[in-house]
Amino acid sequence: MTEKKSLRDELTGLLSDNLVSVVEALGETTIVIRASEISGVMALLRDAKELRFAQLIDLCGVDYSEYNGWEGSRFAVVYHLLSHAHNRRLRVRVFAEDDDFPVVDSVAGIWPDANWFEREAFDLYGIIFTGHPDLRRILTDYGFVGNPFRKDFPLSGHVEMRYDPEQQRVVYQPVSIEPRVVTPRINREENFGSD
Amino acid sequence: MPEIKNYTMNFGPQHPAAHGVLRLVLELDGEVVVRADPHIGLLHRATEKLAEHKTYLQSLPYMDRLDYVSMLSNEHAYVQAIEKLAGIEVPIRAQYIRVMFDEITRLLNHLMWLGAHGLDIGAMTVFLYCFREREDLMDAYEAVSGARMHAAYYRPGGVYRDLPDTMPQYQASKVHNATAIKRMNENRQGSLLDFLEDFTNRFPRHVDEYETLLTDNRIWKQRTVGIGVLTPERATALGITGPMLRGSGVEWDLRKKQPYAVYDRLDFDIPVGVNGDTYDRYLVRVEEMRQSNRIIKQCIDWLRSNPGPVITANHKYAPPARESMKQNMEELIHHFKLFTEGMHIAEGEAYAAVEHPKGEFGIYMVSDGANKPYRLKIRAPGFVHLSTLDEMARGHMIADVVTIIGTQDIVFGEIDR
Repeated sequence: MTEKKSLRDELTGLLSDNLVSVVEALGETTIVIRASEISGVMALLRDAKELRFAQLIDLCGVDYSEYNGWEGSRFAVVYHLLSHAHNRRLRVRVFAEDDDFPVVDSVAGIWPDANWFEREAFDLYGIIFTGHPDLRRILTDYGFVGNPFRKDFPLSGHVEMRYDPEQQRVVYQPVSIEPRVVTPRINREENFGSD
Repeated sequence: MPEIKNYTMNFGPQHPAAHGVLRLVLELDGEVVVRADPHIGLLHRATEKLAEHKTYLQSLPYMDRLDYVSMLSNEHAYVQAIEKLAGIEVPIRAQYIRVMFDEITRLLNHLMWLGAHGLDIGAMTVFLYCFREREDLMDAYEAVSGARMHAAYYRPGGVYRDLPDTMPQYQASKVHNATAIKRMNENRQGSLLDFLEDFTNRFPRHVDEYETLLTDNRIWKQRTVGIGVLTPERATALGITGPMLRGSGVEWDLRKKQPYAVYDRLDFDIPVGVNGDTYDRYLVRVEEMRQSNRIIKQCIDWLRSNPGPVITANHKYAPPARESMKQNMEELIHHFKLFTEGMHIAEGEAYAAVEHPKGEFGIYMVSDGANKPYRLKIRAPGFVHLSTLDEMARGHMIADVVTIIGTQDIVFGEIDR
């Protein structure tokens, strides 16, 4: 635990003005930074000798619009960093300021593997990464419309694909599957059934 | 003289060396690769979105289908994320069983990789040898879970059930007479642990066989030495993990550096490469197989002498025993609630990573306190490795692209998710 403490101290020492919050939970450290300051902060996290987060392990988008009791911005980008030198992990969260047009600066210039991760977040959540060298869709089909991992995108999608023997080609048509919920999502109030 | 320009060639998605459904758009200057643009997503099933609509237990079998060559390692990361968020204590015996099966999975994966990699470069025999040993390990999967591949054996809080006392036997058929069957069943007379012990005793000899075929083979070396070289600095910057990173000489293994389960109680070594080329990565993986064998041996010894529970007694997360459920009202309620509504995980977020055979496999889970995850992100090592293909293949001949795809150990189930 002493090591984790020092990570918090080092972060507050180096980034004091840039940190929106620092949370330590379940043995993991999470910091929230402002979207406008991302490039400078990320470069510092990688290069400062007390931190040396040389690897970007993961980058993903999150859509908080249906989160229980959520009031902040809708889209966030979450970065998981790993430092080999200090054997530490760090989670960084950045909220996109505009819910209708989420924009975050790209970190592909800092960690090259962010390239594909940002393409994925762009594809699935529609988050725009400014300064990205090649922001194309990556996982969805060629010519796909929409951002499938947004919470307002239905699980069964909008279109389905089939071979049309008359036109002798593959055609798209509206989905014929009725959406159904087998197990509803249930969020109990605090301490439900504890006594 | 006509002006000769680069031309673009399409590779895959239907190609035996594409390891599934990789589509590559290659820009070539003669036979030299100028640019490689992998098109992925042809196997995209939106596992992460599906998980948001299912209870925690219902999503577990989907994890097998991510990297379908190393099934239980994926499950391990998933159950670890749940256990971390919910604060579930896992019995020590379950942790040993998990480690043993993680290493069996590593063998399964590396055998598949070695066979396919050899086949890609033109070594046919290795493939047949590797599949011979894979068969025994698949039988171990089957004995413990009933399924040869998609086991769904790890559960939040432990494993589904204890190791079996008997092994399934071969039956006489048109192609095998009674004598042949008797010989085939010889090592299946005892428990699963006896069967695995027999396997670990003969496996090092089999690894020697693979090495006899490949390690000093002139053709093998011509095809692999100096191909796809990654310096340690570049490999780190590119986010590469696992044997790919260790092949470049970076000694980084989560089993040693951030030990989970019972890896800190076991004795094993981490092999690293020197040159960071395809040949070194081959040597690293072969040595990893020998080390996995050592770990399995230690787990067998421990499991023999230490009986105990294999799943947590907290019935909010694990079902009660069948017998007590039929006699006890409260247990019946637990059972019913767990399998209809599912478990509720406290609000929070957690990232759990395991040293998957291919690299760091992580699960990032966000829960808002409901019976389903709010967001599940799968960090697949293959996704990052494939993103470096452009850089690794640039300047190599087109035949080396196949070698580089092989050395990256690509499986599309996890890349496309």
